[in-house]
Amino acid sequence: MSTTLTSASGAPGAPGAAAPARSYPAYSQPLWRRWLLTREFAVIALLVIVLAWSNLNVPSFDGPLTMYFLFLDITPILLIALPMTLVIITGEIDLSVASVVGLSSVLVGQLHHDAGLSIPVAGLVAILVGAVCGAFNGFLVSYVGLPSLAVTIGTLALYRGIAVGLLGTTAVTDFPEHWTQLAQQRIGGSSYPVVLIPFAVLAIAFVLLLHFSPFGRGVFEIGLNDEAAHFSGVNVELTKFWLFMLSGAVSAFAGIYYTLRYGSARGDNATGMELQVIAAVLLGGVSIFGGRGALHGVIAGVVLIGVISSAMRLEGQTVNVINIVIGALLVLSVISTSLLSWASGLTSRGRGRRPPWRRQPDVTSTTTT
Amino acid sequence: MKLRNRRITAIAAVTLAASLGLTACGNNDSSSGSSGSDGSGGDVSVTFLPKNLGNPYFDTSDAGGKKAVAEFGGKFDEVGPDSATPDAQVPFINTAAQQGVNALVLSADDPKAICDAVKTARDAGTKVVTFDSDTSPECRDLFINQATAEGIAKVEVDMVAKEIGDAGQIAILSAAANATNQNAWIDLMKKDLAADHPKIQLVDVAYGNDDDQTSFDKTAALVQAHPDLKGIISPTTVGIAAAARYLSTSQYKGKVALTGLGTPNQMREYVKDGTVNEFALWNPEDLGYLAAYAAKALVDGTITGKEGDKFDAGKLGSYSVGADGTVLLGDPFVFDKSNIDKFNF
Repeated sequence: MSTTLTSASGAPGAPGAAAPARSYPAYSQPLWRRWLLTREFAVIALLVIVLAWSNLNVPSFDGPLTMYFLFLDITPILLIALPMTLVIITGEIDLSVASVVGLSSVLVGQLHHDAGLSIPVAGLVAILVGAVCGAFNGFLVSYVGLPSLAVTIGTLALYRGIAVGLLGTTAVTDFPEHWTQLAQQRIGGSSYPVVLIPFAVLAIAFVLLLHFSPFGRGVFEIGLNDEAAHFSGVNVELTKFWLFMLSGAVSAFAGIYYTLRYGSARGDNATGMELQVIAAVLLGGVSIFGGRGALHGVIAGVVLIGVISSAMRLEGQTVNVINIVIGALLVLSVISTSLLSWASGLTSRGRGRRPPWRRQPDVTSTTTT
Repeated sequence: MKLRNRRITAIAAVTLAASLGLTACGNNDSSSGSSGSDGSGGDVSVTFLPKNLGNPYFDTSDAGGKKAVAEFGGKFDEVGPDSATPDAQVPFINTAAQQGVNALVLSADDPKAICDAVKTARDAGTKVVTFDSDTSPECRDLFINQATAEGIAKVEVDMVAKEIGDAGQIAILSAAANATNQNAWIDLMKKDLAADHPKIQLVDVAYGNDDDQTSFDKTAALVQAHPDLKGIISPTTVGIAAAARYLSTSQYKGKVALTGLGTPNQMREYVKDGTVNEFALWNPEDLGYLAAYAAKALVDGTITGKEGDKFDAGKLGSYSVGADGTVLLGDPFVFDKSNIDKFNF
C-alpha cells in the first residue's frame, strides 16, 4: 500500500505506469509458465503434433525432398509475415504486399533484361522502389489519416496495375544460371535451402525490434490504444510510417527471391499472396485488433500452414480441400481466442479483489522490466 | 486461485488447438487408407496435372487419361491448382517428385518457370510428359502436340471447299492482325488454296481481335461488302462463335458457309440450327489418352523420348516420336451434328 502511494507521488507519470500492471498479470507467474502456456506455444505444439503425425502416417513425408520444397515454397510468406506482424500489432493492415512482390519481380526482370543491370543492382533498385511503395502507404495512413484497409486495397490494385502494365502479358525468363541456382541451393548437404539464411537474419532483426526495443514497446502500445501511446511519448505516426516502409522493402526482397526461384518475372507473380500472409500471421496468434502477438508464434503459424498443405498434397488432396482445412483452422483459432478470453473472464472475476500485498510485486516487476 | 484459472485457460487452449489438429489428421487418415489400397493395385502410377482444375477442357483431357490408365492397369491421380499460375503449379510438381510417382503428365502454366521443378522431379525418377502447353524442350521427356499449323490450315480449307463445292469467294475472320499463330495458319491456307483449290478466291481477311462484338460487326461487314461471298473461315474460337451468332439471325443463314476452329459448347446451338455444318479442333480426350500411353511407354522403357521411337497407344494405334521429343496427336478433329453431343468443353 505504501509503495503504491510513494510511486504515485514520486513520479507524475505514475498513473500511466500503474496502468500496465493490470494488463500484465501474468508477470506474477514464473518465467517458464509465461513462456509455455501461451497461444504462441499452442501453435508450436500443434505444429509439432502435425509434423510428428505426418512423419508417421503420410507416405514419403519423411523423404529428403519434403523440407526442402516446403521451405522453398513458404519463404516468401515467412519473409513478408515478419513486417506484417508488426503492422497488424499496431492495429493496421497491409494488403498491398503481394502486389509489391509482383512489381519488384517485374522490375528485376526488366532492369536486368532491358537495361542490362546486374541482378544485385536490379535487386537493390527493386527494394528501393518497394520501400517507396510502402512509404506511400505509410504516408497516406499515418499523415493523411486514412484507414489502412482502404489505402492498401487501393495500392493493391495500383501496384499490381503498374507491374502488369510494365511487362504486359509477357514474361522475362533469361536470368543468369548462377543466380537462379542460388535461390534454390541447399545449405551444405542439408535439406534446407540457402534462402533461409537471409530469412534468419531478418527474423532475428525483427525479433529484436519488436520484443527487445523501445520501438517495439511502442508498436504494442499503439495497438492497445494509440491515443494513450501518443500521450506516453510514442511517435504514433512515424512508427506506422516506418512499419509500412519496412513492409514494402521486405516484400520487394521476397519478390526478388520469388523471381529467381521460378526464373520468371511476370506481372501476375504472387497474386493473392497477401491473404496467405495475413492468414498465417493471424493463425500465429496475432490479434487482428492489434496489441497482441509474438513473432515465434507467427513463424510457427506459417510453417504449420506449409506442413498441412504439403502433407495433404502428398495424400493426393486437391487444393480446394486443403484451402477448406486451412480456412477452418484459421476460423477455429480465432474463435478459440474469443472463447478462451470469455472463459478466463468468467473464471477470474476475483482478480480485482486481490489483497494489496499480492498487487505489489506486479507493480514493481512491471516497472523494472 | 489466479494461478489455477490461468492454468485451466492454458490447458483448455492447448487441448482445443490439439483437438483441431487431430480432427484435421482424422480426415487425412481415412483418405490415406483409401489411396493406399488404390496404389497397391497398379504397376504404373500416373499423375495428371492440368493448368488448373475446374476447366472443362482439362476435365475432358484428364478423363481420356484416366480411361487409358484404367486400360493398362495403372494408378491414376488428378491434382492441380485452382488458378492457372506457375507458382501454384510448382508445389504439385514437387509433390509428385516426393511421392515418387512413375509419370507426371502436365500442361505447363509457364514454359520456363516450372522447369526447375520438372527437372527435380525427373532427377527423382519421375517421367514427365507435357500436353496442350509445352515447357522448354530440354525440361521434359515428351510433349504431346495437339495439332500442327499445317494440319489446322489444311482441315479448315478442306472443310470450306467441301461446303461450297470447291469454287467461289471466301473470306477469313481472324483474331488480332499481329497474332503469330493466326497469321501462320492464314499463310498456309493461302498456299493450300493456290495449290489445290484454284477456283476458290480469298477476297478478304478481317480482324475481330478475339472480341465478341468486334467479330460480330466484322462478320456483318464481310457479308455486306461481298454479296457473292460463299464461305467464311474463322480460325479462332471467339470469332467463329460471334460469326455464327450473326449468321444464325440473318438472311445469310445457310447461304454463307461458316467453319473454322471452335469448341463444342460454344458451337452446339449453331450446329443444331444448321448455321454451321462442321468445325474443327483437336479432341482433348484423345490428347489425354495419348499422353497417358506415352507416359506408360516411358516408364516401361519402351521409349526414351528420342526421335523415331515408336509406342502403342491403345485404341489410337501406334505413334512415333518426332523432332524435339514431340508426339503429334494427328489431324484436327472435326465436330458435326452427329458427334457434338459427346463432348462437353
